[in-house]
Amino acid sequence: MSYIGDVIGGIKTLLTGMKVTGGYFFPSIINKKYIITRQYPDEPAIVMDRFKGEVVMWHNENNEHRCTGCQACEIACPNGSIEIIWDRVLNEETGKKVKVIDQHIYHLGMCTMCNLCIQACPTNAIMWSTNFHNSTYDRSQLTKVLNKPGSKLMAGVEE
Amino acid sequence: MILTNTTNYFGDLVSFLAEKMGIGGQILAYVIVAAVYLGFFAIAGLLLVYIERRVAAFFQLRLGPNRVGPHGIFQTIADALKLLSKEIFGTNRKDNLLYTTAYYLVIIAALVSLSVIPFSIGVQAYDLNIGVFFISAVSSVGVLGILFGGWGSNNKYSLIGGMRSGLQMISYELSSGLAILTIILLAGTLQMSGIIEAQRDTWFILKGHIPAWIAFFIFVIAGTAESNRTPFDLPEGEAELGAGYHSEYSGMGFAYFFLAEFINMFIIAAVGVTLFFGGWLAPFGITDTLPWQPLWGAVWFFLKVAVFIFFMMWFRWTFPRLRIDQLLTLEWKYLLPIGLLNIVLMAVIVYYNVLISF
Repeated sequence: MSYIGDVIGGIKTLLTGMKVTGGYFFPSIINKKYIITRQYPDEPAIVMDRFKGEVVMWHNENNEHRCTGCQACEIACPNGSIEIIWDRVLNEETGKKVKVIDQHIYHLGMCTMCNLCIQACPTNAIMWSTNFHNSTYDRSQLTKVLNKPGSKLMAGVEE
Repeated sequence: MILTNTTNYFGDLVSFLAEKMGIGGQILAYVIVAAVYLGFFAIAGLLLVYIERRVAAFFQLRLGPNRVGPHGIFQTIADALKLLSKEIFGTNRKDNLLYTTAYYLVIIAALVSLSVIPFSIGVQAYDLNIGVFFISAVSSVGVLGILFGGWGSNNKYSLIGGMRSGLQMISYELSSGLAILTIILLAGTLQMSGIIEAQRDTWFILKGHIPAWIAFFIFVIAGTAESNRTPFDLPEGEAELGAGYHSEYSGMGFAYFFLAEFINMFIIAAVGVTLFFGGWLAPFGITDTLPWQPLWGAVWFFLKVAVFIFFMMWFRWTFPRLRIDQLLTLEWKYLLPIGLLNIVLMAVIVYYNVLISF
């Protein structure tokens, strides 16, 4: 008796499977919105917010950044992707010499997107960008200066 | 009931050219017919590969090939050109004779089977009086090609693939033969055009009600297994065997195996449509009064074949691959006994004439 039951049960499970796959096929052939493929250069790519594309430095509208030049990121970086060129400048108001960054150099070609520099940053000066158009014809273009020219430290970050 | 004196456009061409130009004309006519069939073979193979890829893509919510030509229809032509330009590269110490004859055998079996399939009224290269038997006999030759390929490659994975294929195809040949026999009980003839003519009032799938449906299911399962498609693609079994019997073939050798697989799928679909769904007959004869009858016949035939092939593709993208013992259990413990019982049932039904007909 289980023989016939096996046959009927088998046909039933096969039909269940076909119902599932048919439920994918027929909607997707009728309406393109069910298709998850993005034809990237023709259509805009969907990038997740947490995608780690490259490290950038945040600047406000007055061209001010939050980097104090503490070099925590440079020390945290496991493969030396970050170099900071800095200087001590006399602060007129307090009369003390303060560390000021000249260039925050970031070697994207060496970066493994390990996130350690961003975790190490005490002032949240650097962050992830979702930009992934990073390929170039020349390796030297992958060495980037993160602070914009003429930018200076935002007031109140060091306190 | 064997039909004679039916129209056959290929036969007409041969006799016409033979009358005009003697023996040379006859040979010319044969060459033309062969070229037509080879052209159909190539176009149908490429188109089926394209359709398979598109259908597979839609099953997986992808788009599939859509870059070469409108909707990507020239993708497979580009692939074929790529395969043509590739180096023919075989294994060391292969059995050269078997290795090189293998794909010719596979492709010849597929081509010869095509010759007796009625595409439309009178569009059939050779209307044999044992047409169905001829197809099931010739398609067994394809197994030989696969076995040759598996043995000749000097590769253990190819050998296992070839042996599995032989095992599987010979086993399932039995059930598909029994399913065909069940329908032949209804038709009373082995001739393809005769079988279609017998369905002019009612298709066999309706006329034979329960046993015809059982035979149809057996035929679909056995046909899928015979064309080595998933869920019965153990001979290829890419997870276990690389690519099975054709893993040592490159360039056009591989392409021939690949094309033959798809043409075999077409043949299975065509035979299934001819046996169960009335071949080129229109449903309820809705186009019987229109002009251009052969054209309408072809339209209906290819429409039915397309639906059949779509179902085979649906199976492929739904069912998981069987294990070898499950494969044999399915054949010898389920399909074969059910098929044998079904033949008896059909015989009783035909004898007492408990048939549905309109």
